[in-house]
Amino acid sequence: MHNFEFVKPSSVADAVSALAGEGAQALGGGQTLLPTMKQRLAAPEKLVSLSGLAEMTGVSSAGGVMTIGGATTHASVAADAGAYPGLAGLAAHIGDPAVRNRGTIGGSLANNDPSACYPAAALGSGATIVTNTREIAADDFFQGLFSTALDEGEIITAVKFPIPQASNYQKFVQPASRFALVGVFVARYADGVRVAVTGASEEGVHRWSAAEAALSANFSAAALDGLSVAADGMIADLHGTAAYRAHLVKVMTGRAVAAAS
Amino acid sequence: MTRVAMTVNGKAVTGEVEGRTLLSSFLREDLHLTGTHVGCDTSQCGACVVHVNGQAVKACTMFAAEAEGADVTTIEGMANADGSLGTIQQAFQDFHGLQCGFCTPGMVMSAAALLKENPTPTEAEVRAYLEGNICRCTGYHNIVKAILAASGQSVPAVAAE
Ligand SMILES: Cc1cc2nc3c(=O)[nH]c(=O)nc-3n(C[C@H](O)[C@H](O)[C@H](O)COP(=O)(O)OP(=O)(O)OC[C@H]3O[C@@H](n4cnc5c(N)ncnc54)[C@H](O)[C@@H]3O)c2cc1C
Ligand code: FES
Ligand code: FES
Repeated sequence: MHNFEFVKPSSVADAVSALAGEGAQALGGGQTLLPTMKQRLAAPEKLVSLSGLAEMTGVSSAGGVMTIGGATTHASVAADAGAYPGLAGLAAHIGDPAVRNRGTIGGSLANNDPSACYPAAALGSGATIVTNTREIAADDFFQGLFSTALDEGEIITAVKFPIPQASNYQKFVQPASRFALVGVFVARYADGVRVAVTGASEEGVHRWSAAEAALSANFSAAALDGLSVAADGMIADLHGTAAYRAHLVKVMTGRAVAAAS
Repeated sequence: MTRVAMTVNGKAVTGEVEGRTLLSSFLREDLHLTGTHVGCDTSQCGACVVHVNGQAVKACTMFAAEAEGADVTTIEGMANADGSLGTIQQAFQDFHGLQCGFCTPGMVMSAAALLKENPTPTEAEVRAYLEGNICRCTGYHNIVKAILAASGQSVPAVAAE
């Protein structure tokens, strides 16, 4: 790994100014960035640690909205997001316990790995990504593989999730990485159902609008019977063909609906 | 270089580290605590698991500078004060929970974190908690038995022996 300057600011404002220079990058839990730096696929000149920023840590709920600080670990969300069981359950199954003790929601959303879990929850909840400068709707935030609406040096300070009436995340685990081979997040709101799919598409996380319409009319797995998912644009690799992933999208959606609570 | 200070196995330690120095390197190369093993260096095997402020973390996937001020426990801190094996370590010996022993430090540290969160886990909970700890030798059954025994539960006949 190339060397870099390590900076540990004590406020979001200090973190933002430390990130202003060329070659500076935010460090969340490091559970993606460290392996990437070891492979020299990333070589920042300066890392600005966001861990320990109290302003960006913790889970709270008010008025039907759950707000999670951008530096909150997966383990804390699993433990403290009980008011939104679908989300707590998703966080509890990311990676393994040691990964969950370091990895953060902000890091996961900023990274936007096409097989990551949190992007499905954010998109499937119609969440709002709060940064140091603005608020971004999840529908506008994810822009394809590893790409988001974030500007250079912009940090995710919090994520606001409208709490649904019922929700569930079903992850078909890729047996080697334990990421999602296909993962589907289903959330039922008073004004309709949202369905977000991760792991499947070459475009990254996306909504399955035909399923949303069918489930908004009839929230049962049977409502999906007449639907099919095209294999076009699905990821194909040694773990599964495009047709297999397309098939899994429907199966996992049905399971999520059946399990939603 | 940055100066770091932390508590490791109850003792105050300091050191000079680069930004890129991993906690695993600091423990092994600067403090000579070589019980923390580095099996993969790609964040996947769990041989390097230590506790930072009571939580299990992969020491190969955390910068030493991030542990500034922290309370760190490594496998060297798991023995009893008189040097005899701690409860979990003794159970690994009693139930043949190791063969080559390479994964064992991480297994013991993960087991200790589990038993702190959940003092009487089920077999399924033990297996789920060890998701990030890979063993090339034992086939896991005896590791699971050792952890159940260390939790004070009677060890059931674990499947597929
Ligand atoms: C063995 C293993 C298994 C895993 N399994 C899963 C899994 O099943 N599902 C899953 O979803 N993920 C999984 N992950 C990834 C894990 O969830 C990461 O923690 C997460 O993707 C990145 O979060 P982080 O806080 O560690 O970010 P980092 O690694 O620190 O950073 C990742 C990127 O985000 C940027 N960043 C970090 N924080 C912020 C912020 N607040 N604002 C803006 N940018 C920021 C960084 O600059 C970097 O570009 C796994 C990782 C490992 C090592
Ligand atoms: S050496 Fe740290 S996970 Fe393998
Ligand atoms: S005992 Fe050899 S790797 Fe586990």
